[in-house]
Amino acid sequence: MATPSKDMRIAIVGGGLAGLAAAMRIAEGGHAVDLFSVVPVKRSHSVCAQGGINGAVNTKGEGDSPWKHFDDTVYGGDFLANQPPVKAMCEMAPSIIYLFDRMGVPFSRTKEGLLDFRRFGGTLHHRTAFAGASTGQQLLYALDEQVRRYEAAGKVKKYEHWEMLSLVQDEHGVCRGLVAMERATLELKVFPADAVIIATGGPGLIFGKSTNSMVCTGSAVSACYQQGARYANGEFIQVHPTSIPGEDKLRLMSESARGEGGRVWVPKTKGDKRTPSSIPESERWYFLEEKYPAYGNLVPRDIATREIFQVCLDGFGIGGENQVYLDLTHIPTETLDQKLGAILEIYEMFVGDDPRHVPMRIFPGVHYSMGGLWVDYDQRTNVPGLLAAGECDYSIHGANRLGANSLVSCVYGGFVAAPAALEYAKNLQRNGADGSRIYDQELRRQQEINNQLLKQTGTENQYVIHEEMGKWMTDNVTVVRYNDRLKATDEKLLELIDRYQHISINDSNMWATHALPHARQLYNMLQLARVITLGALNRNESRGAHYKPDFPNRDDEQFLKTTLAEFSGEGPVFSWEAVDIGLLPPRKRDYSKGTEQKKPEGEEQKPRDLSAPAVWDQNKEQVRDVDHGEAETRTQQGKSIEEAGGKSDKL
Amino acid sequence: MSAQANGHAKQTRRTPPEFVDIRIKRRENPDAPQRWEEFRIPYRPNLNIISCLMEIRKNPVTKDGTRTTPPVWEMNCLEQVCGICTMVINGRVRQSCSALVDQLDLPITLEPMSKFPNIRDLVVDRSQMFEHLKRVHAWIEIDGSYDLGPGPRMTPDEVAERYAYSRCMTCGCCLEACPQYEGDNYIGPQAIAQVRLMNMHPSGKATRDERLEGIMGEDGITNCGNAQNCVRVCPMSIPLTKAIYEENRETIIHGLFGWLKK
Repeated sequence: MATPSKDMRIAIVGGGLAGLAAAMRIAEGGHAVDLFSVVPVKRSHSVCAQGGINGAVNTKGEGDSPWKHFDDTVYGGDFLANQPPVKAMCEMAPSIIYLFDRMGVPFSRTKEGLLDFRRFGGTLHHRTAFAGASTGQQLLYALDEQVRRYEAAGKVKKYEHWEMLSLVQDEHGVCRGLVAMERATLELKVFPADAVIIATGGPGLIFGKSTNSMVCTGSAVSACYQQGARYANGEFIQVHPTSIPGEDKLRLMSESARGEGGRVWVPKTKGDKRTPSSIPESERWYFLEEKYPAYGNLVPRDIATREIFQVCLDGFGIGGENQVYLDLTHIPTETLDQKLGAILEIYEMFVGDDPRHVPMRIFPGVHYSMGGLWVDYDQRTNVPGLLAAGECDYSIHGANRLGANSLVSCVYGGFVAAPAALEYAKNLQRNGADGSRIYDQELRRQQEINNQLLKQTGTENQYVIHEEMGKWMTDNVTVVRYNDRLKATDEKLLELIDRYQHISINDSNMWATHALPHARQLYNMLQLARVITLGALNRNESRGAHYKPDFPNRDDEQFLKTTLAEFSGEGPVFSWEAVDIGLLPPRKRDYSKGTEQKKPEGEEQKPRDLSAPAVWDQNKEQVRDVDHGEAETRTQQGKSIEEAGGKSDKL
Repeated sequence: MSAQANGHAKQTRRTPPEFVDIRIKRRENPDAPQRWEEFRIPYRPNLNIISCLMEIRKNPVTKDGTRTTPPVWEMNCLEQVCGICTMVINGRVRQSCSALVDQLDLPITLEPMSKFPNIRDLVVDRSQMFEHLKRVHAWIEIDGSYDLGPGPRMTPDEVAERYAYSRCMTCGCCLEACPQYEGDNYIGPQAIAQVRLMNMHPSGKATRDERLEGIMGEDGITNCGNAQNCVRVCPMSIPLTKAIYEENRETIIHGLFGWLKK
């Protein structure tokens, strides 16, 4: 029997906020980290987060508390999230903000020198700490700096410009490391690890154009899914109400614009061709304020998005087009520069108008995936040795994410995953002589996939297939969903998967090519697109970001359940798991009034003990530490993939 | 910004052109010579350089109809906040995502940055900049990431001054434009500005001397020739020359009196 080794090595895939948070914690504990990232970690997508980070610090005398943050988050997510981790996150949030404060983030401050907080969507409290309008950039840099400190001390080894292709699993399905590809040389290499933490962010590129950065393909997550990790609630895709349409991407216009008083409106007369400034107040329709007097322009994103979408569908968009005004011109220029400077510059730079004087023209754009890898309350997936944190896990946001909750959930996820990974690694039995065999096998398998792609000489173009996938997904699997169109989209995806077999790599120079990595990502995106589409097809209700006009109401009886997708050779196999609603009973979500649940009497609000030992059997299915009520997942029913309607042969 | 260098039309053109011609300086691999290739794409309003490159990549054929390999460039956020897509456009270093065709003279020329190793086409290796950040200890030495309460209080003015420096995305524009910087012989404005950022922080002051020593060597701050190109090309409008001025003074004082502390 092998003795547990002291020098643990954890592989982290993704160098955004979640990955760096985990890396810092593990290195701080004195353990080794291999950190993989497609781009230098300082250039990760977290830099795009603008508005802020939520934490109920209650410095404004509003009686805010972590419990209210928890209530807002669960309610905003339409009760689809398991509640214990959400509560734990909200309790940790103030200390996360303070930690970033200590690390030197230039948070905006009050005159007294304390942290300032602004309002954000889905809450009535000033709960969002911010650094101008580039909060994500500042938070990421703070972690980047701390991780660089550990890198200089030899604790963290960065593999930047390396892309993870697959996990290495032993015969029991335990994750023992990963295979990654160096982007310049296309060299493949195995990296043994005691545990792997996936922190690769969202899959926005599946929708072609989104607010996501170009690395947000979801490719690594899809690879894990195809190797047995469950993907949960894939159908919940957040479409942000305010983005700037562009040729190459949709640029985010932060919710903080509305948090600082920005107003959304359209002319009351359809097709009004006048300039916005010449339209008098009485002829403007502030439709969000009219419909939601308490929250006004700060209703949750799914609601704002649907309202904007509907207004344009009804022909009230500016000049009859798919655009509405987001107006800041009534706010003093000085205030705008101080609190929103960075995002106003983005608008000015890419559109050419000055939003301080001309209302911005905006439209909803795909922004965030609430769904992701299934994890337990310690961020562990169902694959032993594989953890996930950040946007790529499904755990916090339910059916809709509130603004400024993503940064806090990323850091929380990283901070929970790190000790859980170490705890697991500590008890891990290292495999002996046959160790190298599993690595060699997986390396060969990945090399063969590359060789096959390079050999192909078909007539299909990989970028055209990507564009078609993006268009179909955007048209049919975003704001409004119909079952017939979802079915047609899945058929289209199957057609694209078939056509994918006939692409020829669009570059003949393999040195530092982007064509081969893109082809690998494209395949993985197509697989994940099916999970998103079929998940939406199965869910015949409307909840949070998932809206079907044919099923306009939330149906707790049938669908207060987490969708679980498992890969099989014939596509995703679905099962459902009950949601842990032990802390807050579900209530109707209605933002037309300002309501909020009272905290039950005697509820203790102790921070969660993160040092508790993790129960995780390497060779068996996940050991659950919570009772989710009704047992419904495939494994809980004791069914094999075949019995559940799938085909088990892995590709 | 004052840097409306040649080739950067100030005004939007009155009559839109039918095509956009783009000349790209290419290199197959680090050992191959550089060569120019010209491409032509149909004009559309609101094109940026990234959209043009995407269009070319989809079907890489040169202007004279010859099939070629797709030009390779780096891109990520496309909002000018990650810094990765930096290149030399019409002779000026900047991010390609925020370079709008309507504001550029035609034909457009794209070149990789010249001060860093060229990997392929428009891709360069800027890892030396991150090494510089290690050398100057560009971090706050916190005791640990566990809960120790809030950080030190600061006035809004102090925060505003630090915020300006904190936006550096390590894109390399300042080094590309610096006449002194060649072959990694000078630590450069970006690292010096980060020293300023960290040394202004109340906790960062504790390890101030380590950072000053990081910029005092042979390739240190004294290499600055005061050309002030860095501050002109910085896409984040970071007061780089101010940082160099302040830190130069600090290093002199440290050089003169630092031994007294030992």
